[in-house]
Amino acid sequence: MKDVRKQRLLARIVSKPTTLLAPAGFWLLLFFIIPLGVMVVYSFMPRGIYGGVEPGFTLEHYLRFLDPLYLTILLRTVLMAAGCTAVCLLLGYPVAFAISRARRWKHILLLLVIMPFWTSFLVRTFAMIFLMRDTGLINTTLMRIGVITEPIVMLYTPFAVMVGLVYTFLPFMILPIYASLERLPNSILEAAEVLGAKPAARFRRIILPLSGPGVVAGSLLVFVPALGSFIPSDLLGGAKQMLIGNLVQNQFGAARNWPFGSAASFVVMGVVLIGVLVYLRSGRGEVTTALQDAG
Amino acid sequence: MEFRGVSKTFGNTRAVTSLSLQIPPGEFFSLLGPSGCGKTTTLRLLAGLEEPDRDGGAIFIDGVPVTDRRPYERDLSMVFQHYALFPHLSVARNVAFGLEQRSVPAAERVRRVRDTLALVRLDPGQFGNRMPSELSGGQRQRVALARALVIKPSILLLDEPLGAIDLKLRKQMQLELKALNRTLGITFVYVTHDQEEALTLSDRIAVMDQGRVIQIGAPAEIYECPRSAFVAEFIGESNFLSGIAREERDGLWTIGGNELEFQIPAQPGIGTGSPINVAVRPEWLRVCPPGQASHEANRIPATVREVVYLGETLQVVAEVTATRQTMRVTVPNEGQLKNPIVWNPGDEVVLTWLPGDCQVLQEGVS
Amino acid sequence: MTGRLPRWLGGVTGSVLLFLHLPILILVAFSFNASRFSAGWAGFTLDWYRAMINRPDILRGLSLSLQIGLVSAIISTVLGTALALALHRYRFRGRATLESAMYVPLVTPEIVVGISLLALFAALNVSLGRVTILIAHVAFSISFVTVIIGARLAGMDRSLEEAALTLGADEFTTLIRVTIPQLMPGVVAGGLLAFTLSFDDYVITSFVTGSGTSTLPVVVYGMVRRTIEPTVNAVSAVVLAVTTLLIYLADWISRRGTE
Repeated sequence: MKDVRKQRLLARIVSKPTTLLAPAGFWLLLFFIIPLGVMVVYSFMPRGIYGGVEPGFTLEHYLRFLDPLYLTILLRTVLMAAGCTAVCLLLGYPVAFAISRARRWKHILLLLVIMPFWTSFLVRTFAMIFLMRDTGLINTTLMRIGVITEPIVMLYTPFAVMVGLVYTFLPFMILPIYASLERLPNSILEAAEVLGAKPAARFRRIILPLSGPGVVAGSLLVFVPALGSFIPSDLLGGAKQMLIGNLVQNQFGAARNWPFGSAASFVVMGVVLIGVLVYLRSGRGEVTTALQDAG
Repeated sequence: MEFRGVSKTFGNTRAVTSLSLQIPPGEFFSLLGPSGCGKTTTLRLLAGLEEPDRDGGAIFIDGVPVTDRRPYERDLSMVFQHYALFPHLSVARNVAFGLEQRSVPAAERVRRVRDTLALVRLDPGQFGNRMPSELSGGQRQRVALARALVIKPSILLLDEPLGAIDLKLRKQMQLELKALNRTLGITFVYVTHDQEEALTLSDRIAVMDQGRVIQIGAPAEIYECPRSAFVAEFIGESNFLSGIAREERDGLWTIGGNELEFQIPAQPGIGTGSPINVAVRPEWLRVCPPGQASHEANRIPATVREVVYLGETLQVVAEVTATRQTMRVTVPNEGQLKNPIVWNPGDEVVLTWLPGDCQVLQEGVS
Repeated sequence: MTGRLPRWLGGVTGSVLLFLHLPILILVAFSFNASRFSAGWAGFTLDWYRAMINRPDILRGLSLSLQIGLVSAIISTVLGTALALALHRYRFRGRATLESAMYVPLVTPEIVVGISLLALFAALNVSLGRVTILIAHVAFSISFVTVIIGARLAGMDRSLEEAALTLGADEFTTLIRVTIPQLMPGVVAGGLLAFTLSFDDYVITSFVTGSGTSTLPVVVYGMVRRTIEPTVNAVSAVVLAVTTLLIYLADWISRRGTE
């Protein structure tokens, strides 16, 4: 009798969406939404001397962004993220296309794109250092075969940061584009071919428009994290070319200006939210599929 | 089993509108209608997979209200459209599932699984340990049936169970289902959009359209006495004629259209001036050369447009001269190679039929 | 396309895949290189692995990362699965909004997550340590788990669950005996991803960690910033081995699940 009642109780619990929802919902509310709120509140408060904040209200942290120093950082970050997105699109689209039309090797090729998705960012960035430093493999090899006599300075330059960003985020571009191309049946392309479309026309008039959502999703998945990144610029750029991520980290670390850091982060978040709105409208399915592929 | 004024709304669409029907125990009852007519929703309401709207009526099984009961608290089981076999369980485990939920002792469980598999003509020794993915469509169908039957429900719900298997196997399964219904004494509620299947299987049929039952009756009633144009058209084929009742003589009413005239048997509710709509089945019409028909028959001059070869029958498509409407006539095939039909497109003919073969519709031609 | 792919497309694809994988392979190869400074090959050695084993900070970091990764994966998988079930199996008010909201954590830059949690913990005067790391890791993993499992749920035939209900199983039994077994590949993939996210995370951890609780990525980051010593190659190789094993597992399980 007790067993039956316990069983019915469990049935009640899992048949109500609220009880399933509540634990994760509370966790996300407490440790995701509220912290974002606290961060926003911090960004309007005066700075504490030893980190933290003082009570009060001020707009000074936002006004500080008008300083050319910070405007430069903001601009550099946006340019860097946009450049990274463009390079990823240029490299990633052909790869996504090739994989979507591959026959025998498709599974392995896909796995090769997904693997970096699972591989530590830090290890991957370290691999870049290992290759690009003055005594790294590229320079020593080039010097040994006599192409150059002096090492080419690559590490701690904007070039290295860009390479690092592309290296890190390229799979995020390939997967959603692949997902949208994969859904494109061969029969559509064959129909276009029968109707007289040459390869270039097929690409321009059929493939490209139909993979649009994948391109949008991929671009956002690259642009957004690139915008907030700080490992590549810190380790590969030697913190010389500060990005907004480094600025935020610095304010919470050495500079001990939490409210200014919060304001900077809120600016980043604003750009992200605009991106999210765009992508909810056009490319959500691709992101889900990409994630499922990755999983 | 009874529905009393049951309604179900999804968002803004009314899937089922104040539906009332009664099904006596042991009957083979079919819900027939085009897709989206509410037949599957009706079945799911009965199963408890959907709840009626608030104030949306009540459902009874064996006289007991079950509207608030969950599916597992109702004494019924269901065969799903695509079988819904659990892909992670073997055939035997699939069939045993319902028995396990009812805490049937292991020995009895094994015996009943074996017996039920045999009942649906699957060799328990051969199929018991297979996974659903290793079965053909017809075999999956049988497993799904066994899984539903093994718990000895008082009602078995079937949601287009034969839709996904090929024609020949379907015919065979139809006979087996009918036999099971007779021997087991379980009420079968069967959803289908295939009129022929419904006619073959059912004791009674409810024809549904837009969430309502249009007509309930035995197959012969539904086919031979359709009450509305919808039923006449959905079940079999029909030719429709309309006109105004002019006069009664010798038990026959003369109906005059704008350009043509025909007779129907007198019946209550018809007076001079009543608008009349009738349906005539193609197999009840005959094609005759002009001037050679019997005098009792209705006669309409027409022109042959097409002769269609259907195998066991032929169909003559003719255009009525007066109204330019198309009528179809089914003609037995007496062997086109040895004894070909004499009509060709363009021939002037007369279509004839008996007044008693007019089905008077109670609702207008749609 | 009906014909063969153009040759240049194969070339680009090959080069990009090489670009993605070669650096890592080289990194691992040089963890066995005898020379400390030279980029030339000076013979095979296991010295760097020995050096790694002799560094208590690395071992402590590894052990902490494994522990937090495991606990975080378990919590976020359970919570994320429940959330996915609620979102995909029930109709309720605000469902669509909530589902869209699930994508926000996926695209919020890690640094924003990190500093906002730091701000919260500071405001509440919570001392930083393994608990705060765990809280943070679960918070950013739930959404990933939910989206992965949700995608699988959306593709799952609902009539399987309905069949169980009509056969006498109540909602809980149906969940345990039908839904969860069907979802298993998604649950495992989600769990493994949650583990990897936690195991690899540096950015968020660096903000919410206290002194003395350094996960492996935090230790490695410190090493990479200071000097480039081949011990880091050895550590990287170990990290890669762990994650590669996980990908292999996930791939194997998801393929077994779809067959």
